[in-house]
Amino acid sequence: MSGLLAMLAEPFGYDYMWKAMWVSALVGAACAFLSCYLMLKGWSLMGDALGHAVVPGVAIAYLMAWPYAAGAFIAGLVAALGMHLVRSRSRLREDAVIGIVFTTFFAAGLLIASLNPTSVDIQSIVLGNILAIGDDEARQVVWIAGITLAVLLVVWKDLMAVFFDEQHARSIGIPATALKIVFFTLLAATTVAALQTVGACLVIATVVTPGATAYLLTDRFSRLIQIAVVLGAVTGFFGAYLSYFVNGATGGVIVTLQTLIFLAAFVFAPKHGLLAQRRRGRAPAAVGVASVEGTRS
Amino acid sequence: MTTRTATARSWFSFFARAPAPPKLPASLAVSNVTVTYPNGNTALTEASFTLAPGTIAALVGVNGSGKSTLFKAIMGFIEPVSGSVTIAGLPARDALRLGIVAYVPQSEEVDWNFPVLVEDVVMMGRYGRMGPLRIPSTEDREKVTAALARVGLADLRQRQIGELSGGQKKRVFLARALAQEGRIILLDEPFTGVDVTTERQIIALMRELRAEGCLMLVSTHNLGSVPEFCDQVVLVNRTVLAAGPTATTFTQANLERAFGGVLRRFRLEGTALHDDADRRSVTVLTDDERPVVFYGEAKKSDEPLPTNQSRAEAARQAIAPSPAAVPAPAVVPSKEPTP
Repeated sequence: MSGLLAMLAEPFGYDYMWKAMWVSALVGAACAFLSCYLMLKGWSLMGDALGHAVVPGVAIAYLMAWPYAAGAFIAGLVAALGMHLVRSRSRLREDAVIGIVFTTFFAAGLLIASLNPTSVDIQSIVLGNILAIGDDEARQVVWIAGITLAVLLVVWKDLMAVFFDEQHARSIGIPATALKIVFFTLLAATTVAALQTVGACLVIATVVTPGATAYLLTDRFSRLIQIAVVLGAVTGFFGAYLSYFVNGATGGVIVTLQTLIFLAAFVFAPKHGLLAQRRRGRAPAAVGVASVEGTRS
Repeated sequence: MTTRTATARSWFSFFARAPAPPKLPASLAVSNVTVTYPNGNTALTEASFTLAPGTIAALVGVNGSGKSTLFKAIMGFIEPVSGSVTIAGLPARDALRLGIVAYVPQSEEVDWNFPVLVEDVVMMGRYGRMGPLRIPSTEDREKVTAALARVGLADLRQRQIGELSGGQKKRVFLARALAQEGRIILLDEPFTGVDVTTERQIIALMRELRAEGCLMLVSTHNLGSVPEFCDQVVLVNRTVLAAGPTATTFTQANLERAFGGVLRRFRLEGTALHDDADRRSVTVLTDDERPVVFYGEAKKSDEPLPTNQSRAEAARQAIAPSPAAVPAPAVVPSKEPTP
């Protein structure tokens, strides 16, 4: 028994594990906060696109010995601008535009990295490597996630108003365009931070799954954010913790945990879960309530 | 107000609650507004009309005639190429900052799956009056409760908005406008998809607000209801064709000018209608909602105008319900001169 406890406590004995757990939790929380907004607008793929699009920026930054975050951030902004340009100047649908732009950037990143195999560790970009994160990088990530959370805590209601009804938000003087720019800047920055923990491929999960899970559990936006952020932080922390035992695939463990929780919510959520819906008969909740109320009014 | 005090106040108000809006007369003046979109499409040309406080005005025109462009211009979302919008005697931008313009969106524009409760939506109407963190005060909560009670949704305030019926959904956004204490309320198609009871409730509420001095501009396809509750009518078709009191503006001739033949139109001639010498005819105009009926002399000139229907319009008409299925029409005495 004491042997088992000692084994379970083992990760806490290493500084690098402590650091990985706390950084993952913080990044997980920031991503989760953003996910609440992304999934509501049908912009979930935007997170994926940005995650892949920053890869060439990171590769070039490594080559030039710049801070990786700067390169990643610039690449993210260029990709976002590219998507905006292609969308406004062509009749392609949004998903096609996102698909084209992010694969282009990802391919460029792989190409640059493969041409200079010694200077760029492509695997750590694509899969993340939180366990080996240096102090400087950890500090960068903590700053990005911390600022993101702080800004979101201030503007979350205004952002909700903009995402819910932009016309109304503008009509009461909320600067909708400025807020959207702030949002996507935070998204790009957080995506860069998440590269360190879960890697480019799995960034999409961290900026979609917590919000999607919370969406199944509540009908209230403030509650949605609380649930998502707690999920993001807890899965980040314990994902890193568990990865100690499965030897290194931190991103995979974090996202697997998130997915398991999502599946549980999908089946067991009290109101929007599969079982709850089946209990009510086949009709979804909204229709049943609406018809009852309709006859009453 | 001088520029300097305005700047000083805006800095101050970053941390403080916005002041309650001053009791300005709820008037609206649109003068010579021309709107051209970046793609070169001019949606409105030289549009002008004025509306006084305590008015319910109908905004009538075909789809694509510039109704929503006009709304956007009033709300300051698009800058007119020329002309100006004056709200309560102030430039549109300043009036909007005071939160006196409230907007009630079309149901189709709302994401009903958004995770917000009824009371949260109504509370958003108060955001303009709160500090930057949007922390509601007791007053804000009271206003929300009062607004919900006024539209009859007090019992449903904890519901997610998608769980409401069509009429209740409309009333949520009316309550938001009430909580905002908007003096000028823009309603986009408030009667689309609601039952007759809800329509009556909405009209009753608008009449109350009119008595309180509010100005309402209502875009609608429900031509039959217009004479019933609107004092003023603004007819648009890429410009303001006519604007003025319903009795003199909402005429058969003006409507046919505004709709250019895309209205469903039934005319029953004197001979088909009576056996006697009465030469009057009945004309029923409908934009596929409640029709408007004109009773009076037929003129040769009101033969149907050459139609220029789009394919979509033709398709819409093909599947439209038969005239027997439309609700009871309102009858308007025709103002046309007797030949």
